[in-house]
Amino acid sequence: MASSVIVLGGLALLLFTSSGWPDVQETFFSPEAFRTSFPDILKAFWLDVRMFLAVEVVVLILGLVIALVRTSLSPALFPIRILTAVYCDIFRGVPVILLVYLIGFGIPTLGVTGVLAEPIFLACVALSLAYSAYVAEVYRAGIASVHRTQTDSALAVGLTNFQALRHVVLPQAVRRVRPPLLNDFISLQKDVALVSVLGVQEAFRVAQIDAQSTFNYTPLIAAALLYIAVTIPMARILDYLSRKEEAKR
Amino acid sequence: MPGTRFVPIVLALSAVALFAGCGSDSSDEESTGATTTVTAADCTPESLGTFKAGVLTVGTDSPAYPPYFEDDDPTNGKGFESAVAYAIADRLGFGASQVEWTTVPFNASYAPGPKKFDFDVNQISITPPREKVVDFSDPYYNANQAVLVAKGSDLADINSLDELKDAKIGVQIGTTSLDDVNAEIDPSTEPRVYDNSNDVVTALKVGQVDAIVVDLPTAIYLRDAELPGSSVAGQFAGSEGDQWGALLQKESELTPCINFALQNMVEDGTLDEITKQWMSDAADAPELN
Repeated sequence: MASSVIVLGGLALLLFTSSGWPDVQETFFSPEAFRTSFPDILKAFWLDVRMFLAVEVVVLILGLVIALVRTSLSPALFPIRILTAVYCDIFRGVPVILLVYLIGFGIPTLGVTGVLAEPIFLACVALSLAYSAYVAEVYRAGIASVHRTQTDSALAVGLTNFQALRHVVLPQAVRRVRPPLLNDFISLQKDVALVSVLGVQEAFRVAQIDAQSTFNYTPLIAAALLYIAVTIPMARILDYLSRKEEAKR
Repeated sequence: MPGTRFVPIVLALSAVALFAGCGSDSSDEESTGATTTVTAADCTPESLGTFKAGVLTVGTDSPAYPPYFEDDDPTNGKGFESAVAYAIADRLGFGASQVEWTTVPFNASYAPGPKKFDFDVNQISITPPREKVVDFSDPYYNANQAVLVAKGSDLADINSLDELKDAKIGVQIGTTSLDDVNAEIDPSTEPRVYDNSNDVVTALKVGQVDAIVVDLPTAIYLRDAELPGSSVAGQFAGSEGDQWGALLQKESELTPCINFALQNMVEDGTLDEITKQWMSDAADAPELN
């Protein structure tokens, strides 16, 4: 504790006594700018939250399906296995912002209308594609970590392949990968802000608009605090789960 | 690690400290630069404390768009703002070879701390909140907002801004277009706000938006050069338009000299000439109320 006080206090002293500090404080931490911009940013943040929740559900399902295909041993699924492998390689390899941009401006070029041309929907598609690839690999690692003898024993006592997967392998696999899954969701929670490149006024974009019209960066800090307010509880849950997992070993 | 339990508290306290203490002593004094009178003798390459001695460093964003710059090259003296900058330099006694350009992203132009340029020209609108943070020269252009619609759009023949109420409208971030759209049209669908001019154009091209609102010279340029068949549905008549000024460090000693040069250019008609040369005639854009 003493060392934390000395280190953090020292840093604070260095910061607050530097010659540029009053300028920095006025430009980045202005209470007035914070008060005026925060309500709008908070309202816009609701869109981020809804997008995050929708994409998370899709990713959890799609990622699992892909992982199951990739880990399946059935020869009939071989072509699809190749496809899913290629899918994971491509969508993990492309920067998410690029994907949002390409899908967001590319699909409407096809002349589609209605929801298919809606930037919020298209951004959700892009995020789902990208994060399903990550999450599929997390699931796959979890499934691979369950020893082969577990399946063998399940089959030996008369379970079908599906039952063995459903009741023996997956419960163990998913429990093991909860921390990395949550980690990906923390990352997703921030990446929903990328919908802003398609012109949608979510929290980050609203903060940017405020900042650029007043030449004050404080709104960006306000937006950052909102993202943190959601990710920190998630990080703590992650820590808790990891500790519990650790204790079991 | 028992110490880590206190980290959130320490962080929270530092957050409070960051925001504490300012606001009360915020500088309320009005900008003084504009009223200072200077003479030609005060504004020479030798007497001016420029960013680099003997050189006038001018900033603008990259890419630099027409008709404000041509060929994405501010140094060629072509395009409205490039021409204005070189004319200002000339009035202050800097030859064309003594003008250096530097890339200044719009976002960075108002960052606190010393500026890496003497002045920045980037179609920046002068507004009171911005004037608290930076110096602006006197305005060198007065821009109206205009509505640009795609080829074959029903909106091409509108007579009033009310007819845009249900349109999906795209604007560029950092411009005053969004304020004007919200204030004068108040559209039923939230306007889309894109990162740059190219994205605004793409959005119109692929039908993500029905209309875009940009500065009138930009609208005319886009219509003639980038979006064949598109039309300028009209310009905002109600607002008095945006005034663009050169952006400088707050309380820069250069501000009065830039104003001196601009005044000079207004008086002998140079500014008018440059404007006529590079900015299209706006007369053919009907006014929308």
